[in-house]
Amino acid sequence: MSNIVLEALHINKYFSDPVKVQVLTDISFKLGKAEFASIIGKSGCGKSTLLYILSTMDTDYEGDVQIDGISMLQKRETELAEVRNQKIGFVFQFHYLLNEFSVLRNVMLPGEKLGKYATKEIESRAYEKLKILGIQDEALKSPNQLSGGEKQRVAIARALINDPLIIMGDEPTGNLDKKNSEIVFNIFKELADVYQQSLLIVTHDNEFAAKTNRIIEMEDGRIIN
Amino acid sequence: MIGKTKLKYDIALSLLLARWKQTLIAAIGVTFSITMFIALLSFMAGLNTLLDGLILNRTPHVRLYNDIKQAEQQPIDIAFKISGQYNFIRSIKPSYELLQIHNSAAIMANLRKDDRVLGVAPKILAQVFYNVGTINLTGVINGIDIDAENKLFAFESYVVAGNFINLKYIPNSIVLGKGAAETMLVDIGDMVQITTAKGDHVQLKVVGFFQSGVVEIDKVQSYTSIATAQKLLGESNNYITDIQVKLKDILQAPSLAKEYHQLYQTEAIDIQTANSQFETGSFIRTLISYAVGITLLIVAGFGIYNILNMMIYEKMDTIAILKATGFSGKDVRWIFIAIALTIGIFGGALGLLFGLGVSSIIGQIPFKTAALPTIKTYPINYNIVFYIIGGVFSIITTYLAGFFPARKASKVDPVIIIRGK
Repeated sequence: MSNIVLEALHINKYFSDPVKVQVLTDISFKLGKAEFASIIGKSGCGKSTLLYILSTMDTDYEGDVQIDGISMLQKRETELAEVRNQKIGFVFQFHYLLNEFSVLRNVMLPGEKLGKYATKEIESRAYEKLKILGIQDEALKSPNQLSGGEKQRVAIARALINDPLIIMGDEPTGNLDKKNSEIVFNIFKELADVYQQSLLIVTHDNEFAAKTNRIIEMEDGRIIN
Repeated sequence: MIGKTKLKYDIALSLLLARWKQTLIAAIGVTFSITMFIALLSFMAGLNTLLDGLILNRTPHVRLYNDIKQAEQQPIDIAFKISGQYNFIRSIKPSYELLQIHNSAAIMANLRKDDRVLGVAPKILAQVFYNVGTINLTGVINGIDIDAENKLFAFESYVVAGNFINLKYIPNSIVLGKGAAETMLVDIGDMVQITTAKGDHVQLKVVGFFQSGVVEIDKVQSYTSIATAQKLLGESNNYITDIQVKLKDILQAPSLAKEYHQLYQTEAIDIQTANSQFETGSFIRTLISYAVGITLLIVAGFGIYNILNMMIYEKMDTIAILKATGFSGKDVRWIFIAIALTIGIFGGALGLLFGLGVSSIIGQIPFKTAALPTIKTYPINYNIVFYIIGGVFSIITTYLAGFFPARKASKVDPVIIIRGK
C-alpha cells in the first residue's frame, strides 16, 4: 500500500473546557496518492478539528496519524514542524501572507526553511509555482497590493513550494466570490490530475465538494459516508 | 545552515522594521541608559582618582621612620623572665633617641634592589618657626631629594609659582606653602627667616610656592633640599628621618610594611592603614554609580519587554503561519530573541559612543577650585573596563527582556489563531 499518503487510525478527540465533550469519535480513513478528497459536514461537526489533527498542529488526541507510512505519535515538536514543512502544504480560509515581504519571498519562505535548495533555485521554483497559478507578474509586489483571489493563489503557491506529499485546505474558498472560488477549484483539480498531487480540503460548500473525486461526510464527530 | 539563520534573521528584521517607531524608542531607552552609565562611571572614577590623588599620590606606599615612644621590651622584662609573673611599670618615659634612621644609606640601597619597589625617596622632617616680625609661626620643613620626590610624588604639579628645580640649584632655598607665604606676605625671590628647634636663626630664599589643596597643610609645610635641611638641623649628611617607598603594587603595602619593620628595625606604616577612609569613600561612590547605571538598564529592559509583548500580540498571525509552514517553537523563540538582541546591540553600541561623547564634553567643562590647583576641567576617567561592562550589561538585559516574550511567542498555538479567523 505504498500509495497511501495519509492514514487516520481510530482518532478520538475531546474538548475538556468547560466540560469534557467528545468531538471526534473513532475516525479512520486513508487517503491515496493523487486523490482529491473533500471533507464536508455541518458547522461544529469536527471537520476542521480533524484537519488540524491530521496536519500535526494539534497533538492532543487519541489514536494515530500516519503520514507517508510514518507514525506521528512519538515525534517531538521540532520533528513535527519539519514534517509540516516538508510534507504538508496548507491553504487556509485567510491567506496569512506576510505584508513585510514581497509575494515572491512569501512563496519562498517555507522553501528557505527547508533549505534543500540554494536560494537562487528556490527563487526560480517559486516563479514556476506562481506561473502554474497564473500570477507570476505579481511576484515582486507586496501582498496587500493584490486582490483577495490573487492572495489566495499566492497562498497556494506557498503551499506548493516544497512539493508536499499532501495539500490540506481549511475552507480555502470560504472568503472568495464565485468566480475566484472556481479559479481556486480548477487549480486544485489541475494539481490532482496533472501533477498527481493529493489534496484534502475541508469545506462547507457542497457545490465545491461535489466536483471532487471523493467526499468524506461528517456528522457529530463521526464519518458517516 | 547559514541560509536558515539568514532567513530567520530576515524575518526578525522585518518584524522589527514593521514597528520601527516602537523599536526605535526601545533602542533609545538602551542608548540613554548606557550613555548615562558610561558618563556616570567615567566621571565618578575621574573624581575618585582626583580625590584619592589629593592625598594618596602624595603619600608613600610604605613609610619607614622612627617614632618617639617607649621601648617595647623594658629591662625588667629581660631580667625577670619568670613564667606566670607579670611586671607592672607605671609612667615609663621614652629614652632620648634620635628620629634619625640608622644606616639609612644601606637601607635605601637595599630597597632599591627589591624588585617589588618602584622607587625610594629619603626625607627629613624638621620642626621650625617662621619668623614674621615679632611673631613666630610653627611650621614643618621637609628636606627632600628633589628628583626622587618629583618622580614618585609629582612634586612639580603642586608648585604653583616659581620653579621647583631651583631648590636643587640655589643653596639655602625654600618652596613655601601658599598659606604660609600669604601670612608672611613674601614673594618669590624674598628671604624668609626661620628659627630651628634648637634655636638657630637661618635665612632662606623663596624660590616657589607650594599648594597641596589642603589648606591646613599649606599653612604649615614647606620644602627644601636634603642638604639644606641637614644644615638647618646641624646634622651630618647621613641624617635621614623618613624613607618613603613607592611600590609597584599598592596592595602589597601592608605585608611589605610588616616585613620592613622586622628587617630594618624601624617603624613602617602602609598607605592603607594611614588613609583607610579614602578607600571606603571610593568604594561607596563606585557602588552608587553602578547601582544607578544598572537601574537605568533594567528600566530600559522593561521597555524592550513591553515592545516585544506588543509585537507578539500584533504579529500572532505571522507567528501562526510560520509555525504552520514548518518553523518550530525554537525557531520562533530565536526570532524574538534576535529582535531583542538587535535592539540591545544597536542601542548599546550607540550608547557607548554617546557615553564617550558625553564624558568628553564633561571633561571640557571648566572646573577651577583653589583647593585643586592642578585641575582645570572636570576629571574624567576613560577606562575601557566601563565600556566593556556597559556593552555586556546591555546585551544581558536585552536578552533577559527578550527571553520571556520569546518563550511566549514560541508557545503560540497556531490552531487557535487560524481557527479564530
